[in-house]
Amino acid sequence: MERIPILRMGPNLLVSIEVDMYDQLAQTLLDDLGDRIVREAARGVLIDISALDVVDSYIGGMFNRIAQLARILDAETVIVGIRPAVAITLVELGISLRGIKTALDVEQGMKILREAEVGATGGGLVVHQED
Amino acid sequence: MELETKISRVLANYGKELVQEWVQEQLKDMSTHGHLMSDQQLRSQCEEFVHLVQRAAALSDCRDMKGAEWEPTRDMLASISKSRAHQGYTAAETALFVLSFKKPFFDRLRLEHGGNTDALAADLFLASDLLENLALHTTNVFQASREEIIRRQELEIMELSTPVIQLWPGILCIPLIGTFDSERTHVMVESLLQKIADTRSEIAILDISGVATVDTLVAQHIMKTIAAVRLMGADCFISGLRPAVAQTMVQLGVELLNVITKANLGSAMDLALRRLGLEVRNVKQ
Repeated sequence: MERIPILRMGPNLLVSIEVDMYDQLAQTLLDDLGDRIVREAARGVLIDISALDVVDSYIGGMFNRIAQLARILDAETVIVGIRPAVAITLVELGISLRGIKTALDVEQGMKILREAEVGATGGGLVVHQED
Repeated sequence: MELETKISRVLANYGKELVQEWVQEQLKDMSTHGHLMSDQQLRSQCEEFVHLVQRAAALSDCRDMKGAEWEPTRDMLASISKSRAHQGYTAAETALFVLSFKKPFFDRLRLEHGGNTDALAADLFLASDLLENLALHTTNVFQASREEIIRRQELEIMELSTPVIQLWPGILCIPLIGTFDSERTHVMVESLLQKIADTRSEIAILDISGVATVDTLVAQHIMKTIAAVRLMGADCFISGLRPAVAQTMVQLGVELLNVITKANLGSAMDLALRRLGLEVRNVKQ
């Protein structure tokens, strides 16, 4: 069965969507993500969609479902690499991606997740390097 | 019986007189546009035209203007049409350049043929056809160059209307000027988002000090722009809200929820720099 790979980067999970999504694949991704977040106590989920040229309301809805799931499991969701045309489409479709953070690329997305983690723990428990 | 055409001979023999009369004819017609071109310029154009037509007519049978013999004539007319399109002549005036040649030319043809009416009629028909085709050619070229001017201007206006400026690495500014409809907003959003993607900028400042009025539609366009910018992973500030515009927005019930607004571009820039961890300070102390 086709699966979208989920990579682990420190306390975060990285998902790169490069194929067209359909019901079964989205459901599998959702199941897998829930599983991994719990199993690895992930703090954040980073979804890279820079390879997607087109989106529809279905994919928009899927992002919202992932974000809700992650939030319930105490993880932050960041979507990165939204292309200009995709951004315009999402706005025109009225999909707001409320509560989901966005970033220009994976690097920036990781920065957001690191900062969120520092914020959540009050910076007390996490040793982080000043840059 | 094949009638011999005297077009070429007439042009060769009466060249100077033809040009003289033709120029007079045109000066009479174009009295309103006299200032656009000097008489000398007009005369040299006429001389060149007569010369080229004479040479082409001597080489071909004047029936088919598409041949290689007529190419110099066509090129010369094309360049005249183009320059006239740029100078502001009308299409009719441009076509008249060739058409006004008919009168002096036909007079000379009649003289040359004397009483031979059959030959005269055939030649008149041929000459008329020839000049009309050449006139049509000038009109075509005239229109094409006009269209080219319009296309170029359209492009320029489009570029002028949506400049995206990089104020600092990571900070973009897009000054909105004039009225905003969906078409313009669309172009603006596209170029802004593309620039954000290209420069990996984190902050975009929408300066609307040049927008005179804001209605619900414009406000909606602005909100959509901000939403799209945020989806890209950048943030968007608004600067330069005029008091009148702010009042209208309040009256219309447009709430710029979660949008940072600043009075002028400077303070928006200041905030943007702070977001990037930079600050502006005075070093002269």
